This record gives sequence, structure tokens and C-alpha cells, in this order.
Amino acid sequence: MATLMVPENLVYERPHSFTDAPTHYCPGCTHGVAHRLIAEVLEEMNLTERTIGVAPVGCAVFAYNYFDTDFVEAAHGRAPAMATGIKRCLPDHIVFTYQGDGDLASIGMGEIVHAAARGENITVIFINNANYGMTGGQMAPTTLPGMKTTSSPDGRDVETQGYPIRMAEMLATLDGAGYVVRRSLHDPANIRKAKKAIRTAFEVQERKLGFSMVELLSTCPSNWNLTPVESLKWLEEHMLPFYPLGDYKVAPAVAAAKI
Amino acid sequence: MARELWEGNQAIAEAAIRVGLEAYFGYPITPQNEILEWMSKRLPELGRAFVQAEAELGAINMVYGAACTGARVMTSSSSPGISLMMEGLSYIAGTEVPMVLVNVMRGGPGLGNIAPSQADYNQICKGGGHGDYHPIVLAPASIQEAVDLMPVAFDLAEKYLNICCILIDGSIGQMMEPVELPEMRPVVRKDYPWAVNGAKGRPRRILTSIYLDPPEEEKTNLRLLKRWREAQEKEIRYKEYFIEDAEFVVIGFGTAGRVALSAVRAARAQGIKVGLFRPITVAPFPYKRLAELARQASAFLVVEMNAGQMLEDVRLAVNGSIPIEFYGRLGGVVPFPDEILSEIQRVAKAKLRADSDPIADWMKRMEMIAR
Ligand SMILES: Cc1ncc(C[n+]2csc(CCOP(=O)(O)OP(=O)(O)O)c2C)c(N)n1
Ligand code: SF4
Repeated sequence: MATLMVPENLVYERPHSFTDAPTHYCPGCTHGVAHRLIAEVLEEMNLTERTIGVAPVGCAVFAYNYFDTDFVEAAHGRAPAMATGIKRCLPDHIVFTYQGDGDLASIGMGEIVHAAARGENITVIFINNANYGMTGGQMAPTTLPGMKTTSSPDGRDVETQGYPIRMAEMLATLDGAGYVVRRSLHDPANIRKAKKAIRTAFEVQERKLGFSMVELLSTCPSNWNLTPVESLKWLEEHMLPFYPLGDYKVAPAVAAAKI
Repeated sequence: MARELWEGNQAIAEAAIRVGLEAYFGYPITPQNEILEWMSKRLPELGRAFVQAEAELGAINMVYGAACTGARVMTSSSSPGISLMMEGLSYIAGTEVPMVLVNVMRGGPGLGNIAPSQADYNQICKGGGHGDYHPIVLAPASIQEAVDLMPVAFDLAEKYLNICCILIDGSIGQMMEPVELPEMRPVVRKDYPWAVNGAKGRPRRILTSIYLDPPEEEKTNLRLLKRWREAQEKEIRYKEYFIEDAEFVVIGFGTAGRVALSAVRAARAQGIKVGLFRPITVAPFPYKRLAELARQASAFLVVEMNAGQMLEDVRLAVNGSIPIEFYGRLGGVVPFPDEILSEIQRVAKAKLRADSDPIADWMKRMEMIAR
């Protein structure tokens, strides 16, 4: 036992930019994975003392309990506007929002589109879990066609309930967007890629190269009524074909910076 | 500083800049566009923050973010825009961060019109957004007064960690008057113990309006209430004219108070012993002073550009002890001094009863006007 505890043998540690608080997320939910990736990047880039996070309304409403950085809690969907106010007053600080798909793609559609259009120098971590987790699994703008939720009990009928929105593709059309990509959290290889993208997004902000967003395909086992492992599989089989992973916008300046 | 001719909206914007405004976020709406336009030119040239937001919803949430950093921040809007800001105002009140709001009222409800109105008194004075909170509301009656209240508004917002609103209407916003503006002061970002600006060498800070535990939320509500009570105690402002020997008193705020002053002067010239009470803080409201005046005066005449919103506060102060009469114009109509003068003349002669219904009586007279 004792030898395990020497630093040389340490293979896993809580990032120092995390607090000691245990998270409130459901077991197997990938919100926790996304948090950890952000915390690792903040620590690696030595940004913890200079970062202000903006928490959403959604399951991540208490994100501020877990990061050892200054944090504010926005109104539902308004995180990009709040982040704008902070960034304009503290231009040399790092400001990031963490938002679910109801928060970002439904009630906060105006705020996110215009923050991207302005080239607001903030980083957005966008958790796409295809439903409204916190309020009990209702249909989100990202809910897949035919997918059952508590407010589309017979499956999302695109004739009456419309089509899902692909946010990364949409925001990538805006000139203000510097870096917009989609990654997934369903297996270790993809998690590593997600972390790299998060790192790039923060680098883009650090170098003042414009708006950056990483969309993360994420699971909601509780409301999908699946086990955590089944959820990962479901994400892979159903979400990946509809939400292709990829780099949707890498502005020339970002590409040139070779981050 | 010399007196210069300024347009109200521009003077207000420039005054805010000179007393250290660091950031402005807004959205165009008549009759306050000139504030946004002035800011769009001046703030960037001074290296300060300006964003024309995608809507008032965005603007108020940008203000919210900026306020959390401890920066001096403001926005401005008019009736429909203020309605849209209510969500953010409630969050700002619940998070206990300071901001200044310039509220240039226009005719409503709905899209209404762009004429001067006072119909949003209740909306802003009684909170407006959800939850138990009270913004501090200052109602100047001239451009000079608005300019002079600008630093006061920031100081009050910062002292009470609250929203401070300058409540005017389109006429004050858009008229021109000679004014003396304050000297340009340097911007000083205060080192607040609550501001989020990076957890360097100190424990991290969190600014939020969520208290899931009801007893914690109750404590927060009590904290807001305590500060509000303190403001009620210490911050009451009003102006009195010809009060000393007044037998009855006209009460009006902002533009209605200003028009009433002309009428009171004319009445005095005719030997009518009438005074004017003009609240400047409409929230907190000067209940105590009005209760005192109710012991001296035999009646009050409340004049507003709405259907008797402040009247309810006056009735609360008077508590049935003397008769109250009401005269209002609605929907963006500004009363002429003559109209108020004839009301004063009527009240001077009438046999009034403390238990009469001022709104019903006024509506009867209004029907004659509307015809
Ligand atoms: C103005 C407003 N409308 C509705 C709500 C209720 N609400 C809380 S969380 C939420 C949905 C969050 O879903 P999402 O953004 O997808 O995040 P998740 O919980 O899935 O992480 C809603 C509708 C609210 N808090 N405020
Ligand atoms: S409800 Fe869904 S998104 Fe929310 S914590 Fe639970 S599993 Fe995660």
C-alpha cells in the first residue's frame, strides 16, 4: 500500500483546478468527464487564477462548486451575454461558459449566435445530450428525430416538432467564430480528442483569436433510461451519425497559429 | 464648469462617462437612442467597453456579467425594452451586484408609442422582475437634475449592492436645456471583496442568485430587505416648493411635477395658497414626509402621466386622514400647465371628502376631456 502513495507511482490525481467537492451528477453521466477535461486544461495552461467560469441553468448549474476558479451563475441561456460583459471588463482574463443544449440551442439561441458573430473572445463548452436533463428529460432542440423524451412520448415527430439543430455547423458559418468543433465523450480515444480540442479552444482565447466552442456529445443515462454503458453505446450508434464529429471552423489565424 | 446646451439623453450619457462609467451595453429603442449612440462614440475612444447587444435580454445580461467584475456599468432602455430586461434585473438584484439603469418611459402598454409617459412607475418601483426586491429609483424633473443624480445613482447602487434606476420620460430625454456637466473623473475600479476577477492569491469567489435551500434563500431575502430598509431610512430625497404656508399640496414626480410647478406658480400669482411636493426618490418613497404634510395641508392633488400609480403610495402615506384628488393624462399625453391650474382652482374651492374615490372622480372629468 505504502509504495502506491509515492508520487512516482501516481497515475491518477484530481486536477488541482478542481475543488474537493464531490459532484452531484448522476452515476455514469459524462458531465463529470467534461468537467475533468476542462480542469486538466486549466491546470496545464496555468489559467486557474485568471479564469472566470459562467455556469448555465441545467444539470451543470452547480458547476461552480467544482472548479477552483472564480465563477458566476447565469440565467437560463444567457451565459454568453454574461461572459461578454465579464470579458469586456477583464479582457486579459479567461472567460468560459459551460452550457447544455436546452440552455444554448433553445432559450439561449440569440445570445450564443451573437456572441459568436461578434467574435467574442470567450470559450464555450457545449454539452449536447439530446435532452433537457435537469427538468426531467424533455425534448431539446437537439433531440433526434423519433427519439422518445418526456415531452415527445411517441418519439420526436419532425412534422410537428421540427428538426434537431446542429449548432457547431451553424455557428461555423459566422465570421466571428475562430474555432468551432464537435467531439464526443463516449470512449477513451474520443475523450482524449475532446481534451485536445478544449485545450485548443482555450489557446484560441488566450491568443485573442475570436470565439471558440467545443460541442461535446454527452450522455444522460438517467433520462435516456439506459445504464451508463448502454448510454455510451447509444450515443455512438445514434448520435454520431446525426452529429458528425469534426472541425467545423478553424479560422485561418487559428490554423496559422498551429496550436 | 460652464453651462452648455445639451440634449437630455446625451447629457445623461456624458455625465455617466465623466463619473467613471466603465461599460455600457444597450439596444436601440426610441426615445433613448441618443444614449446608446453617444456611448458608441465616446466609450471606445476612451478605451472603455461598449456593446450594442442583440436585444435587451442580451444587454442586461452583459451588464450582469460586467457588474460581477466590480466595474461601473449601466444600460438604458424604454418601456418595451425594460420589460425584456426584467429577467436580468431580478438576477442582478438576487446576486447583489450594483448597476445603473436609465429608464426612459414611453406610452404603453404593448408597443404603445414614443411619447413621454410615466406608466412604468409601478413596474420599476415595485420590483418588476420575479422575487422580493426593490430597485432604488430616482426621478429627476430636468436635465440638470438628471445629470446631478448620475454620480448619486452609481454611489447608491454600489452602497446598497442594488439596481439604481434613473426614471425619466421621453421629454426629459429629448429636450435641450442649458446644463453644467461634472468634471471628467478618472476611472477607478474598486477592489470589492465580492467581485470576480480571478482567484489570484485569494480563495475563489462565486456570484450567484441560486439558493436551493429555502432557509438560505430566506436569509438572502432578509439581507436585501435590510439594505432596503436602510435606504428607506437614509436616502429619501424630494423637493418642496411654496410649502411653508400651503393650504393644500400638489404632488407629482418627474415631468408631471415640473409641469405642476408652472401651474402652482400661476396659482400663487392668483393668491391660491398651494404648494408642490416633488419626490425625487420614488423608491424608496417619502411616506414619512407626506404623512407630516398631511397634518399641515387640508388636501393633496396628485398629478401623474399615468392612471394613478404613485397615487397609491400617496394614499398609503396619508392613510385616509385628508382628501386626495387625482389628475392624470395617459398613453403619452403630457398635461399642460393650464389643465393642472384649473385642477388647482377646482380643488381650492371644492368641498372635498377624505373618503371619496379620486380615480372615479377623475375618470368622470376625463370623459369630458376625451369628448
Ligand atoms: C427562464 C427559465 N425557463 C425554464 C427554466 C427551467 N429549466 C431549468 S434547466 C432546464 C433545461 C436544461 O437543459 P439543458 O440545457 O439541455 O442541460 P442539461 O440539464 O441537459 O445538462 C430548464 C428548461 C429556467 N430555469 N428558467
Ligand atoms: S439528468 Fe442526465 S445530464 Fe443530468 S446529471 Fe443526470 S445523467 Fe447527467
